[in-house]
Amino acid sequence: MDLIESYREELQLIRKPWTRVWVSGIVIALAMLPWWAPEHIAYLATIICIYAIGIQGQNLLIGYTGQISFGQAGFLAIGAYTFGHLSRMAIPWPVALLCAGFVASLFGVIVGFPSLRLKGPYLAIATMGFGIAVYQTFANSELLSGGRMGLTIAKLEPFGGLSKVTFNYYFNFIITFIFTILSYNIISSYMGRAFIAIRDNDIAAEVIGVNLTNYKLLSFAISSFYTGIQGALYAQFLGFLEPNMFTFMESITIFVAVIIGGLASVEGSIMGAAFVILVPHAFSSFKEMVPVVFGATILIVLIFEPMGLAGRWLKTRLYLRNWPFR
Amino acid sequence: MDQLLQYTVSGLATGSIYSLVAIGLVVIYRSTRILNFAHGDIATVGTFIAFALLVRQIPFTVSAILAVAGGAILAMVFYFVILVPAQRRDATQLGQIILTLGLGLVLQGAVLYFGGTEPHSFPFPLSEFTLYQLGPMSLSQLSLGTLVISLLVSFLFYLLVQKTKIGLAMRATSENLPAAQTLGIPTRRVLAFSWGLAAGLGVLAGLFLAPALLIDPFFMLEPFLKGFAAAILGGLNSLPGAIVGGLILGVAEALAGGFLSIAFKNTLAFIIIIVVLLVRPEGLLGEEFKERV
Repeated sequence: MDLIESYREELQLIRKPWTRVWVSGIVIALAMLPWWAPEHIAYLATIICIYAIGIQGQNLLIGYTGQISFGQAGFLAIGAYTFGHLSRMAIPWPVALLCAGFVASLFGVIVGFPSLRLKGPYLAIATMGFGIAVYQTFANSELLSGGRMGLTIAKLEPFGGLSKVTFNYYFNFIITFIFTILSYNIISSYMGRAFIAIRDNDIAAEVIGVNLTNYKLLSFAISSFYTGIQGALYAQFLGFLEPNMFTFMESITIFVAVIIGGLASVEGSIMGAAFVILVPHAFSSFKEMVPVVFGATILIVLIFEPMGLAGRWLKTRLYLRNWPFR
Repeated sequence: MDQLLQYTVSGLATGSIYSLVAIGLVVIYRSTRILNFAHGDIATVGTFIAFALLVRQIPFTVSAILAVAGGAILAMVFYFVILVPAQRRDATQLGQIILTLGLGLVLQGAVLYFGGTEPHSFPFPLSEFTLYQLGPMSLSQLSLGTLVISLLVSFLFYLLVQKTKIGLAMRATSENLPAAQTLGIPTRRVLAFSWGLAAGLGVLAGLFLAPALLIDPFFMLEPFLKGFAAAILGGLNSLPGAIVGGLILGVAEALAGGFLSIAFKNTLAFIIIIVVLLVRPEGLLGEEFKERV
């Protein structure tokens, strides 16, 4: 919607001074959240932050590169258990976190290989098979899953005199912030444009000079890195892991978040994360009806807003910018 | 050797159920390019309808027919009320897949609400414990019934698609939607019919699975995923492929469960998917992909 005149401008994250003002306003408000919001909101915000990372990653894969994947739960489980086992071996958390991401992205590359031959629904089912196979491997192997009692992970001790909730919030908020900036940079760089080219037409992209093999695998690697990090952070946050946290439903939740948030949009991924966490939470007083309401909300949002929440957001911004015309 | 035969026969019985599920998925995929993630949940709803009727002392045949019809109506309503309006608003293919996911969630929640989480045993006229001896193998009444009914249904389905007018319309619609419209085929009604038919087959599979498993709101998830595997194995756009894929998957599973390990049995289906897709992405009987820039 903007006219871009130079490559430097293309690489800029924010182009308009006003955007800078409100974006920094939102970031500051979020950074101050534990001060102005009650504790359970900060708790929810922490979960949203954790989910937002993985959903951004999956949006890079599904929304930007156009490779449909249903294997998120598998990468989540791999990330979470890698982190869990490493932290039980008393390896410092930054190393364990990175390892979780790298192991997940290694598996991402392996799963990515079918993507070189498969398209659309076929790829979706291949990745779904991977996700379920990983779940069943963890469910059947006591060595990996830590047995019947699950795997307990020592939580990080809060420092600087922060309360547990506040500390958790900041810890995850900062990591999410880093990953959000990272995804914005990925999509505005050569890599991101290669992804988009592959999505729009892979053969044409190859003709133009995008290395299809490398970039498809790279997209899988990056997205599963993000998802692995999400799994690790979630493990750290809960302090407890069991295989049933990584069923096919978990893949569906992440996938729904990507679509509801809006394909090919980083803000959308964050909104989608908020959606899948807040909607079930908002209706948690009618415990039995949560899946019904959740499903119905998905139906309504998608019928009335096929572009997802990010589409609505874009339309609102355009409307406000052009106001009072149109 | 006897053991091998025994496993093969019981595998065929399970496989024939997978075939029914797979046919339902393939019918919808062929005609609308949608992966129907609500297929398992529609089948669950149908089975629960049958269960509710059976508990009220309604004869089995009547409840089964009502359940199949209920599932079919549910799918048609979904098509007309949700999918068509979404398509009018230019929903993407992915968006439509998510719509089926949403429907699945709604149905799952509804079954949870009305049926409860308690597993129930399903009253069924055929018994799992009456065994027939066929030479060296023994076959339970239930497996025999399952095998016969699902092969019969598959055959009837084949006749419907290949020999009737509505089958011709279905094939035309899945071949080329705009052309079928131009030729005066009421494509919406044909597609709705396909949805109903697919859902009915799903419910039938659910009915035959119910006595072997206990029914709870999630009992169809696993067979549904296996049905997906079977459909992929045979080729996602090939109806005979769905049947062959289901049977092969059932036998492979029974053999793996019998000779390797029982824990490995459930993972096998998903490993098969990945391997098949890597070696022959279009499935055993599917058509080759054609690609143009």
